[in-house]
Amino acid sequence: MGRCILFVTTDQQRYDTLGCNGGTLARTPVVDGLARDGIRFERCHPSSVVCMPSRATMLTGRHPSAHGVWMNGVPLDPTSPSVAEELARAGYRTALVGKAHFEPMLDPFGRFAENLLADSGRATIEGPWHGGGVGGHFGFEHLELATHGAAGWLHYSRWLSSTQPEAVGMYYRVLDAELEVSAVGGGDTGAPQVHHNLIPREWYHTSWVADRTISWLESVDRDDDWFCWMSFPDPHHPWDPPSSERHRVDWRDVELPAGYVADPAERVGVLAEKPRHWLKWYDGELVANYEAPAKWVPATLTADQVREVNALNAIEVELIDEAIGEVLKAIDRLGFATRTDVVVTTDHGELQGDFGLLFKGPYHTDGLLRLPLIWRPAPSQHVEPAVVTRPVGLVDLAPTFLSIAGAHAPSWLEGAPLPRDDADATARGFDAAFTEWDSALFGVDVHLRSVTADGWFLTRCDRGTMHDGTEGELYDLGADPLQRANRFSEPSARVIRDTLLERLAAHDAREIEDATAPGRLVAPV
Amino acid sequence: MATVRHHVIIDVPAAAAWALLGSAARLAEWFPGVVACDVEGTTRTVTLATGLTLPEEIVTVDELQRRFQYALKLPVITQHLSTIDVLELDHDRCCCVYGVDALPAVMALVIAGAAAEGLDRAKALLEGA
Repeated sequence: MGRCILFVTTDQQRYDTLGCNGGTLARTPVVDGLARDGIRFERCHPSSVVCMPSRATMLTGRHPSAHGVWMNGVPLDPTSPSVAEELARAGYRTALVGKAHFEPMLDPFGRFAENLLADSGRATIEGPWHGGGVGGHFGFEHLELATHGAAGWLHYSRWLSSTQPEAVGMYYRVLDAELEVSAVGGGDTGAPQVHHNLIPREWYHTSWVADRTISWLESVDRDDDWFCWMSFPDPHHPWDPPSSERHRVDWRDVELPAGYVADPAERVGVLAEKPRHWLKWYDGELVANYEAPAKWVPATLTADQVREVNALNAIEVELIDEAIGEVLKAIDRLGFATRTDVVVTTDHGELQGDFGLLFKGPYHTDGLLRLPLIWRPAPSQHVEPAVVTRPVGLVDLAPTFLSIAGAHAPSWLEGAPLPRDDADATARGFDAAFTEWDSALFGVDVHLRSVTADGWFLTRCDRGTMHDGTEGELYDLGADPLQRANRFSEPSARVIRDTLLERLAAHDAREIEDATAPGRLVAPV
Repeated sequence: MATVRHHVIIDVPAAAAWALLGSAARLAEWFPGVVACDVEGTTRTVTLATGLTLPEEIVTVDELQRRFQYALKLPVITQHLSTIDVLELDHDRCCCVYGVDALPAVMALVIAGAAAEGLDRAKALLEGA
């Protein structure tokens, strides 16, 4: 028997929402305990700040410029490499429960397997995979899927509509009548994508994901090695946790986040120092992609709305923490505990009030980029707890899983197994993390390349309809942790700027083995 | 109105491509997700594998220009016009263009996204791949 892997992801969760990372709003004792016993990473970046490209990176161990999923709505090529496939080849049982989103969700023509699995009444699909034989879809032998609510065709939606049909309409309606991300406000403050949800907690998707994960684990033979990706749709908007849990955090008691600039004039001044797409979005003049409500103007966001969003977000984070606790208890009960590695992270962050903004988009600052990442190695390995401050990326997860499994690391992997401490990180050259953004929607295109290294963070705005190729952002993460002072054009910062631009140029020019061509945008999400 | 356009070059005479893409009744042969297609006069009813049924009005069938246009008639779609053009490049090669103009804007992206895959299928079918 080898080591098993429980890979826990959330969706759109900030670094500072966990107690172990200094968060004070949500109580997260389970993940905090994993961090205490394992390795906590203080500077983990995604390869993209939206779901589909980032999830494709986690699955393939490649940046978007290598796996081809450059934006939401671009499907991952079914023949792409997959860590789940490699683990299956190594003899692992493989499952994904919760949100996959390797393929578009808005799919009326039923073109994508993810959307057809539940419709066909199966938890997995038949058919060859990457040469045939391994896994049902993207290397997973078992998939039970969910997303942010009960609309659509996924397994959770089918389950809820068949067992508790009255609950389906209790969720926030994510899309409006024009199929745009809804700007309708709710809750106590009228904040967008906030809603009082009367659904009982036991029917909520967080509980379902944990329940179905436990069910799959119970089906696995005790001697099997397994890789289980447990993927919670929360705390991604809409912010509509079960109303029964709203007592946990009263939004009226919530302090405004450090990244919020309270004075509107000062806020506009801070945004004006950044490349033009920031202020244009704030003022409602630009919607670069489908990730935020097109009919919502960020400048209208009030302080109380920020408080309520943060309160509901914290409640969702608490529910996830408790759900992880239930799954860990099951792993213990089933006899897997000593040989199970647990990795907890998310696909990208959330602005959540930073600079007076919500949601996400081409806005590469810590709210979206700095991610929670905890790796609790299997207790049988007796790994010393540690904190890693050097930069790592989600691109390093797939190599880590293969390393845990003792499996062959294919040459197409772009990352490396995560370091066990800073000394290990230094010795193995973990000194930078890269993030890419490419969007092209209805005549507006934005292209960003970002790197963090040496305590600095730089974004290069490439030529598009919004930028002329000369703009960028540069922040000193030590002196300016809130990234308010853009030093890209400062003569005194020219040396570090040019050094980081060279790092980006090297990233652009890197040799990519069997790169998948950029896919076609076929849906908004 | 949102507009999205895709095209593909197909190594067959324009007349051959038009015989497939310009035929209202042959949609299921190349458009993804379509399992049935019934044409009565200027009304086409498309049935998808998902079970959805799409009523459409055939707006244009222009044999001379090799242009086919149709409009979806669904309450959720405020405006829609899809246009298929088959343009002769030379005797053995043509360019097939699928343009979608629609409101809500999202529908232009979704319909054109499926159509792009459809054009790829048509190319494979026509070129005998």
